[in-house]
Amino acid sequence: MKSALQLVWFIPLLPLVGFLINGLLRNKLSKTAAGIIGSGVILGSFILSLLLFLQVKEGATFVSELFTFIKVNELSIPFAFQVDQLSALFLLIITGVGFLIHVYSTAYMHEESNSHFARYFAYLNLFVFSMLLLVLGNNFVIMFIGWEGVGLCSYLLIGYWFKNIDYTNAAKKAFIMNRIGDLGFLLAIFWLIAKVDTVTFATVFSAETLQVLTPTDITGITLLLFVGAMGKSAQLPLYTWLPDAMAGPTPVSALIHAATMVTAGIYMIARSNVLYTMAPFTQGVVAVVGLVTALFAATIALKQNDIKKVLAYSTVSQLGYMFLGLGVGAYTGAVFHVMTHAFFKALLFLGAGSVIHAMHHEQDIRKMGGLKKHLPHTHWTFFVGCIAIAGIPPLSGFFSKDEILAAAWSANKIYWILGVIGAAMTAFYMFRLYATTFLGKFRGTQEQEHHLHESPKAMVFPLIVLAVLSAGAGFLGVPAVLMENAHWLDQYLAPVFAASKELTAGHAHHLSHSTEYMLMGVSVGIAAIAIFYAVNKFSKNPDLEEPAGFGKVLANKWYVDEIYNAIIVRPLFALSNLLEKFVENKFINGIVNGSGRLVQYTARQLRYLQSGQVTNYVLLMVLGMIALFVVMYFTKK
Amino acid sequence: MPIEQYIFLSLALFTIGIVGVLTRRNAIIIFMCIELMLNAVNLLLVAFSKMHHLKLMEVNPNAGTEGQLFVFFIMVVAAAEVSVGLAIIVLLYRNTRSVDVNFLNRLKH
Amino acid sequence: MSVTEILFYSLSAMAIGSALLVILSKNPVHSVLWLIVTFVAISGHYILLNAQFLGIVNMIVYAGAIMVLFLFVIMLMNLSTHKEAKKNKWLQMAGVLSGGLLLLVIVASLKGAEQATLVAQTNEGSIGLLENLGKTLFTDYVIPFEIASVLFLSAMVGAVVLGKKTETTKS
Repeated sequence: MKSALQLVWFIPLLPLVGFLINGLLRNKLSKTAAGIIGSGVILGSFILSLLLFLQVKEGATFVSELFTFIKVNELSIPFAFQVDQLSALFLLIITGVGFLIHVYSTAYMHEESNSHFARYFAYLNLFVFSMLLLVLGNNFVIMFIGWEGVGLCSYLLIGYWFKNIDYTNAAKKAFIMNRIGDLGFLLAIFWLIAKVDTVTFATVFSAETLQVLTPTDITGITLLLFVGAMGKSAQLPLYTWLPDAMAGPTPVSALIHAATMVTAGIYMIARSNVLYTMAPFTQGVVAVVGLVTALFAATIALKQNDIKKVLAYSTVSQLGYMFLGLGVGAYTGAVFHVMTHAFFKALLFLGAGSVIHAMHHEQDIRKMGGLKKHLPHTHWTFFVGCIAIAGIPPLSGFFSKDEILAAAWSANKIYWILGVIGAAMTAFYMFRLYATTFLGKFRGTQEQEHHLHESPKAMVFPLIVLAVLSAGAGFLGVPAVLMENAHWLDQYLAPVFAASKELTAGHAHHLSHSTEYMLMGVSVGIAAIAIFYAVNKFSKNPDLEEPAGFGKVLANKWYVDEIYNAIIVRPLFALSNLLEKFVENKFINGIVNGSGRLVQYTARQLRYLQSGQVTNYVLLMVLGMIALFVVMYFTKK
Repeated sequence: MPIEQYIFLSLALFTIGIVGVLTRRNAIIIFMCIELMLNAVNLLLVAFSKMHHLKLMEVNPNAGTEGQLFVFFIMVVAAAEVSVGLAIIVLLYRNTRSVDVNFLNRLKH
Repeated sequence: MSVTEILFYSLSAMAIGSALLVILSKNPVHSVLWLIVTFVAISGHYILLNAQFLGIVNMIVYAGAIMVLFLFVIMLMNLSTHKEAKKNKWLQMAGVLSGGLLLLVIVASLKGAEQATLVAQTNEGSIGLLENLGKTLFTDYVIPFEIASVLFLSAMVGAVVLGKKTETTKS
């Protein structure tokens, strides 16, 4: 059945068509029609992706070249789609989770007016299109197009409620932060083109090309690519946009800022795994940045009171884990975590959205509490998400996180210790969130309590599906120590990471079974303690007061935004003012106006030559003739 | 006669014409100086025509005819020019009661 | 010194001398008369070069018709009694200087040219005769010749239009 592979270009095309229909006809479509079109095209893509996945699972990979995109001299960039194990897996995640979130959105966004409703779905479809382009592209340039596309959609959707100035500012912040990263990505592409004259993955990662590149080249390119990943995947120091991105509608946060777009950086590094394996220095940087981000974001999440902010910092923290995995060479583990994270974080966000929906757009968890009996479905699905992210077996988070931590242990014990501390914090803040929201007594107003209601079916259905996935997805990657040959994902992705494996084959060491049991036991134990402590503490007396002391620093996110303002934004403004005052006004205006004035002045002076006296003109003519003759005389050969 | 002599003679007449144009203010005198310059050129053309003729006589018995015809046409144009030019000067005199070219700077304003 | 040379030098002296007097004399009528002398000398040169047709035309058209026209205009305006305003001394000097400079520069640039061996034919040769010129004029150059008549016509019309008294000049 070759046909499914041939149809690969339909996968991104369908969302594009949906975007065009919803975008162009947004004033004419009813909400039902927009919702059906928006979700339908994604469902179509999902079904195609599924067919494709079944093919790829059998070992078939495929490159579908549509046309030549850029051709300059030696450099030829095709517009081609690459279907292999990695991109097929991402296709499934994107279209699958994307479809569920589209369905969820039809209910969640129902209060919007018709045209805005259609606009929302148009953006969402455009996002899915860009994301599919990103993972399907068979070279860095197509990837970059998708990369920019998802950035744009992220901007559009964060600023979806564009009448609120804070939201548009958040959108701008996200866009600018992403641009910084994108610059790194672009430079890496230019570097590649300059050195090897190609950007196609298959060629770049081939042994011949890699020989052309010096270690410096590889380190430079990988570092620059990582800068791009930092921006897109919200790593230190470019992470601050992601918490602010929660200004967008909650399903958007679930889809873009948790499940798919932010994992683009991980996808990119996993795609270029050969380069990273060849650059140990960059791997170190990636691991350290990932780890520091994981811990840093986790500490902030401990003290946040906005339900979405907690989840946002949790996302940043989890992305940090993925980068830690990439940094220590556990590519499969990182991709595994991307997948499980997509499930449980989408679940958590959608659950949060359900809560927010029920609470009439109240996001402060201090005003919630005791929602367990009002929102039973949301409650149990959210609970599943919490234990999944906390890493309690046998839910999915345990397997993927444990794989990363095991790899971290074999790379550097300190990585592991810090990673486990981060995991404990994750468990703690997630259950603080859970306990404060769902347990205890309701702390909102009478009226709010009266209106509390379970969300409509269209919202509950995705929650249930995602809860099942969050609970079960872990079994795709059962570590060898628990069951021989049960790590299906590892086998499935093996061809993608084969080259890296070969490179590290010499010094890869397997952990002994006892060590691995010990590691699992410690991390699960610590997480369990954190959970019990948090549930006990916060279900009875949640911390409603404003935090003081160190807690205040955490609640204010380590004052990172303020620091950035002070050391980057302000000096930039000051510099701009200075430049405006001196360079712009004096220098540039001086040149521009000065040249004008010079012309005016010389013209005014030259005017006197035009005496109107015929004789003067003749005299000048004669002098001109003399000059000509002189020139002729002296240049005569 | 050596051609050099003719060149120098024409040159001298031409320069005198130029100096006249540059130094006099009477429009009619300037006009006459222009005629003088034209004549200097005519003389040189005829001299060149004869030089050419002497050189190519054996090949072409009519060599150099064009030069003299050219002079003829210059005279034709000069005659036409003088008639119009003098008419303009008369008109000028009628308007300004003067033929001083220094007053002819109306175009400046 | 052959007769030709004597004639050449005396005609040249006459041409240059009278040309100088054209620009030096104060009275415009005198200038016109001296210019006629110059033209006569140039006609003499033409005859010396055996370009008799051009010599005669020069005499009739230039020295005759055109100069009479000049004289006529000057006398019409009664310009001989007018005192010509003296030109700025510096400008005059500049004019003379630049004229001299032009002469110098052209002479200098001609210096190196191969011309010592080149000689203009004098006293003989038939190309300047009426027969040859007439034949060429009415065969090869008949179209320019006819067009010249159009030129004359337009010049005539122009002169008439310009010379006519207009409404504005009356006031």
